[in-house]
Amino acid sequence: MSKAFSLIKAQSSKRLFYKMRCFAGGALALLASSFVTQPAFALLELDITQGNVQPMPIALPFLAGVGTQTGMAEDISNVIWADLQRSGLFAPIDRQAYIQKGMNANSMPRFGDWRTIGSQALVSGSIVAQPDGQIKAEFRLWDVFAGQQLIGQQFFTRPDNWRRLAHIIADSIYQRLTGEKGYFDTRIVFIDETGPKDKRRKRLAIMDQDGANVRYLTRGDNLVLTPRFSPVRQEVTYMSYQGQNPQVYLFNIETGQREMLGHFPGMTFAPRFSPDGQSVIMSLQQGSNANLFLMDLRSRRTTRLTNTPAIDTSPSFSPDGRQVVFESDRGGTQQLYVMNSDGSNAHRISFGPGRYSTPVWSPRGDLIAFTKVNQGRFMIGVMRPDGKGERILTEGYHNEGPAWAPNGRVLIFFRDTPGEKGGPKVWTVDLTGYNERELQTPGFASDPAWSPVLE
Amino acid sequence: MLKKSWQGKQLKIAGVIAFGLLATACSQTRPELAASANGSVAAGTSQDFVVNVGDRIYFLNDQTALSGEARMVLDKQAMWLNNYGAYTVTIEGHADERGTRQYNIALGARRAAATKDYLVSRGVSPSRIKTISYGKERPVAVCNAESCWSQNRRAVTVLNGAGS
Repeated sequence: MSKAFSLIKAQSSKRLFYKMRCFAGGALALLASSFVTQPAFALLELDITQGNVQPMPIALPFLAGVGTQTGMAEDISNVIWADLQRSGLFAPIDRQAYIQKGMNANSMPRFGDWRTIGSQALVSGSIVAQPDGQIKAEFRLWDVFAGQQLIGQQFFTRPDNWRRLAHIIADSIYQRLTGEKGYFDTRIVFIDETGPKDKRRKRLAIMDQDGANVRYLTRGDNLVLTPRFSPVRQEVTYMSYQGQNPQVYLFNIETGQREMLGHFPGMTFAPRFSPDGQSVIMSLQQGSNANLFLMDLRSRRTTRLTNTPAIDTSPSFSPDGRQVVFESDRGGTQQLYVMNSDGSNAHRISFGPGRYSTPVWSPRGDLIAFTKVNQGRFMIGVMRPDGKGERILTEGYHNEGPAWAPNGRVLIFFRDTPGEKGGPKVWTVDLTGYNERELQTPGFASDPAWSPVLE
Repeated sequence: MLKKSWQGKQLKIAGVIAFGLLATACSQTRPELAASANGSVAAGTSQDFVVNVGDRIYFLNDQTALSGEARMVLDKQAMWLNNYGAYTVTIEGHADERGTRQYNIALGARRAAATKDYLVSRGVSPSRIKTISYGKERPVAVCNAESCWSQNRRAVTVLNGAGS
């Protein structure tokens, strides 16, 4: 598995990007020249700054397969479709409605035909088998109303990378049409849960952001909890009960190597990477108190950040690394606090009714997501780092543990259901509170955390 | 109060024996309790500790304070451990499911620490006591009601080698 990952990395770093002039073809060359004389258009862009986004109708005809394995071009097309649809920002139009058939990378769209079916954007392209066994993907994104090409790109990769290829294309479309970075070429690390509620087996697991390619990273012999992705490496930090000694570990996804982080005089838990990936911040339990510590991964030096007779836990850095948000019961109940990353100037930011926990700073820096418990209801919400502007995104019997997509647009969390047969499942919700969706997993799943966009 | 709950469990065991009930019910009974139904428990054994002393105490929601009832159980535990000085113990702290994961890990640790501190105050050497927290990860009762959650908010004193 480690090999597969590094190969993917190597491939994607060789990702080739061509402007449309790279494509041969009379019609397109004509169009290219027509760009020059065209007046400036207000090109197609989806306004996603509003609360309730009207999804953009987009036409996604099957990419044409040329010499490729049967069904591959269709499969890639379907993954692009599913990514865009699940984002809630796009409404792909049923393929049966399309008037212009047989589109490929060199087809000139008949824009009138695409306008007739109400589509605002159109994607055309081909998947072409190469003599060296690779596949070439060519695709174009069109603004149907302006009659213009917005993107023309080419990628080369191995056929077994076809899902990643699809996610990369979907990211490109998403980014061009929303103005925000895509998050489809990412993975989710989570805890897979099997077995009865009083004898749960928990395994560290990883899957693509759309739920595909689930793989198990531990065997379930030891209780494992709260995995978090490194922002810079294929590395996860998590808590394991290996040897009945609950401690924070590092796991390298590429090599499968695992190591305990440090030798602390007590249980360590609730780890999270710093934004540069060079440190891990976590709680250390000593007697009745949990305090926050920072470990530098190169020097292995640890620094104490808090020193209170309280439970200080769930720390999360601001994206600039200068501040840390965490939960503490130092005031009597669980509340959110922000401090400087050297531990100074801790101040409470949550003041609403109920208990606040598991804060996590948005990668954009502007919001902090959290779990809020009030009168037996568990909610996922966001507030600004000064504690103002609280918004509850979802509420119910038990919602817990939000984590951000790398673009700060989508939150992933788990939702538990009550009783003997109940168990957690992973859900996503848009920052606006709309587009709540369950992510299909093989079994129960909890503690999801997002990878950075793969490079 | 605590006696009652033990009797309840013993009755359940009797039921299992009498009617040969479902395997799921069986899996919830512990072998050391089954032995107690016969009334033949040797002093100084782990069965003796579990049945005649009581291996666990319970906590109120989001609390770590020891109730009067909990202190009575711990007094008996301390006495027993002072009699049988060869045993070391691990105190497992647990929380119910109605809290968030990381906090519950710390809460379970606090409950275990409070239990340990009390046993030490009653003369048990701290070197004989280890603690571990399982947070909300190891419920013993799985229904969606306070009657179950209250059983899960517990600290269990496990004789080492005896299992929990």
